[in-house]
Amino acid sequence: MSETETAQPMELLTFKLGEQEYSLDIMSVREIRSWTRATPMPLAPSYMRGVINLRGTVLPVMDLAERLGLPKCAHSDRNVIIVVKHDGYMTGLLVDAVSDIVALNQEDLQQPPETAMQDGPSVIKSLTLIEDRMIRVLELSQIVIQAESDAA
Amino acid sequence: MSLEILAVDDSRTMRDMIRLALEPVGFTVHTADDGVHGTEVLEAINPDVIITDINMPRMDGFGFIDAIRDRGQHKTTPILVLTTEAAPEMKMRARSAGATGWIVKPFDPAKLVKALQMVAG
Amino acid sequence: MSNPDPMAEIRASFFVECEELLEALQDGLQTLESGSHDDETIHIVFRAVHSIKGGAGAFGLDDLVQFSHHYETVLDQVRDGRLAVTPNLLRLFFRAADQLSDIVRACRDDAEAPTDTGDAILAELDAHLDDKVEEDVDEEISFTPTPLSLDLDADIEEPSSAGTTYTISFTPEPELYETGNDVPHIFGALAELGALDVTCDTSRLPELKQLAPEANYFSWSLHLTTDVDHAEVASVFEFVEGLCDLEISCDRDALPRAAAQPTLRETSEEATTNGSSGTNDQTTKSSAQKTVVRVDIDRIERLVNLVGELVINQAMLAQSLQSAGLSPHSDAMNGLDEFQRLTRDIQDSVMMIRAQPVKSLFQRMSRIVRETSASVGKDVRLIADGETTEVDKTVIERLADPLTHMIRNAVDHGLEETQTRLANGKPAQGQVRLSAAHRSGRVVIEVSDDGGGIDHDKVLQIAVDKGLVPSDSGLSDAEIDNLLFLPGFSTASNVSDLSGRGVGMDVVRTAIQSLGGRITTSSEPGRGTTFSISLPLTLAVLDGMVVEVSGETLVLPLNVVSETLTLSDTTVECLQPGHSVVRVRDGFVPLFDLGAALGYRPPCDTYVDRVALLLALEDDTRVALVVDEIQDQRQVVIKGLDDSYYRAPGIAAATILGDGQIALILDPSDIVAHAPKQRARAITPQSLEA
Repeated sequence: MSETETAQPMELLTFKLGEQEYSLDIMSVREIRSWTRATPMPLAPSYMRGVINLRGTVLPVMDLAERLGLPKCAHSDRNVIIVVKHDGYMTGLLVDAVSDIVALNQEDLQQPPETAMQDGPSVIKSLTLIEDRMIRVLELSQIVIQAESDAA
Repeated sequence: MSLEILAVDDSRTMRDMIRLALEPVGFTVHTADDGVHGTEVLEAINPDVIITDINMPRMDGFGFIDAIRDRGQHKTTPILVLTTEAAPEMKMRARSAGATGWIVKPFDPAKLVKALQMVAG
Repeated sequence: MSNPDPMAEIRASFFVECEELLEALQDGLQTLESGSHDDETIHIVFRAVHSIKGGAGAFGLDDLVQFSHHYETVLDQVRDGRLAVTPNLLRLFFRAADQLSDIVRACRDDAEAPTDTGDAILAELDAHLDDKVEEDVDEEISFTPTPLSLDLDADIEEPSSAGTTYTISFTPEPELYETGNDVPHIFGALAELGALDVTCDTSRLPELKQLAPEANYFSWSLHLTTDVDHAEVASVFEFVEGLCDLEISCDRDALPRAAAQPTLRETSEEATTNGSSGTNDQTTKSSAQKTVVRVDIDRIERLVNLVGELVINQAMLAQSLQSAGLSPHSDAMNGLDEFQRLTRDIQDSVMMIRAQPVKSLFQRMSRIVRETSASVGKDVRLIADGETTEVDKTVIERLADPLTHMIRNAVDHGLEETQTRLANGKPAQGQVRLSAAHRSGRVVIEVSDDGGGIDHDKVLQIAVDKGLVPSDSGLSDAEIDNLLFLPGFSTASNVSDLSGRGVGMDVVRTAIQSLGGRITTSSEPGRGTTFSISLPLTLAVLDGMVVEVSGETLVLPLNVVSETLTLSDTTVECLQPGHSVVRVRDGFVPLFDLGAALGYRPPCDTYVDRVALLLALEDDTRVALVVDEIQDQRQVVIKGLDDSYYRAPGIAAATILGDGQIALILDPSDIVAHAPKQRARAITPQSLEA
């Protein structure tokens, strides 16, 4: 996938978690929903907010900030759920607010510097600058898949 | 030339194949699952050509051809036997029952069309 | 082309039909095995193989044509009474059927079928052929697999004058016209092959008064200049072979002449002597045929989902009408009752579409028994019960793997070696029983064997050796049986090549659980072992008891709820902190605080005045579940939970309530299994996670 994308411009959905700006490849985003109460899952990791009714299917929702080890989402009416699809599975990501959709070229993306990397694969795929603000591009597979081992 | 065809075969795949071969060229295809069903269908329609399989439950192809030839109405309707059995005695048996001709499965759609047009005149 | 390739669709449908034919073949062989050798059964078996061959030819599936042709030829001898059905021959037929289904599947998946077993079976099949037939088989095989061949070879190639010129002399017999053939049609076909010159010889035409209307007085002489070979020219006359005097000679060279010379007068005699033997006994044997419509599974899925929405919608409507304060006797409420009834009927009907008998699954298992018993050298008989039991299609598909494993286990480990059986006074032939039945709203599938039973000491020793349980655990026999389901547990001390494939009963259990089912085992030393799988009838709806716990709405399967209890200080006894029991008439039942078990809140200080549901679980244990409030009994639509990254203990699925909120559906046995209690000390926490 990524190889064919290199030549083409890509679009990112940017959003805020606290004071930090993050983004996701728009191709993995299915829709954005306003926050509704989630039914909590018993004994789930705390970032698992529970499940919501997405037009008749049961959608698991996680608090993205908490998932990334940031302070929990402050509850507000602007909170939204970004519905993403990865590997055939739909997941809702609770974020503070979505900001924008930006188009950029693959060249505009930079690898995160080594020192910033933790052990193992990083949830941050790359970094980019938009109007002098640093935007973190998230690696979705590391967010929705890695959770499995955390849950066990 | 558009023809009305009755295809009798117990295999769904074969019936589908016949439809696929004939409907695009504008033929009307009726189907039946076996001889008994075929004779029932013939109560209602008057096809230009009848295509029949030999090995079928309830009433096989020979019995079906016999039944058709015994009836006044479809006495002269051409009947093509569509069969995997290419043995001469099979052909003869079909012939003696009153079949017009036979086509050995698997068939080529274009050739089936030609054969039908030929026997239908 | 916006439509999918119709040929690909027919191909797919052919493989579906093959599965049906293979099932009919299995059925037929089983009927023969049971000693009933009637003609119709033999015909069915023959036709199944024959139809597979026919379709295979159409798609150029040479391997399949080849194998089914040989198989069919031997079956044909049985059909003709030239070959008697013996137990040995039947065994071969079964193996050939297995091989045939392998080839079918290999063709379907564009994979390679195992040729070595295939060749061995082919050789055995051919050994049963009479000499005469054997030649035919080989001869026919040499050209049968050429797809798209047609006797009537009226090719549409452009006619070329530069070809060969054939001289054809043709005199029809009267019978030619009786078979629906006609001379102009034949000439028309010839004309398509090339340049045709026709001369009619009318010299035999009598005076009009002597003319017999049925007779033929004409003969024709034709000159055809064409590119095609002699055989192809002759093939135009194939339909009228024996119904005419025909001579085709080649003017330019006499080479292809030997190919097919259809001057076959003699055959017309044969034709008449054969008479009308075609009408055989099958004609009278008419069975009520069902009309079947094939529907894309996606459409059914959509319908299932829509009905699910309807049920939810109906619940929402009911809720809003109730809250509007309408009288239960008002027209609207009466109408709602009717609506509810209709919804339920529609739902049941839709579910029936997805239901299938377990028969196909059981047939696959009978093959597993045959193969496994052959490879471990045991004589095993499979007894299948309840093949007509209907279960959701998805459930059937997903049961195949776990069941295969269980059957292999039963044959390989469950049953003793023949000598041991004989020494213990048992019949040499081992028995594996596979049964399916509907029991109180669930489907129960059991695999049992009449082997030696589970060796409790051995199982316990292995579990202790592997550190799964402490050596002083003091487990009961039933608890030891359940150790088999622990991850990584394998009883086979010498790992045979069959069962010891690295998957244990834990994998089976996981597979069953993912279907909302449960598996239990029981065994009796010396008498055998039974594995029992209990599954929901459908994956789509559930009669539920809706309860509330710390503000959350939850649904319990109604069929496990036996009664509701109001707890009082006279009935509740605390055994030790965190462990209470409630006295119910004849005994004491452990209490589980649902809110605490699900981690919604800390355990209650006191259970007095709380409501509890008395549950009777699969394994006959009883528990009382403490809840805050009982709301309702209602049918709910089961929505699968995506457990790809989190599977909550005690939760089977979810449903959508009338207000659009999601409520979780509980799996009571799982809650109990996960709740901290005495037994937990016996088994390490790690094993409890299983």
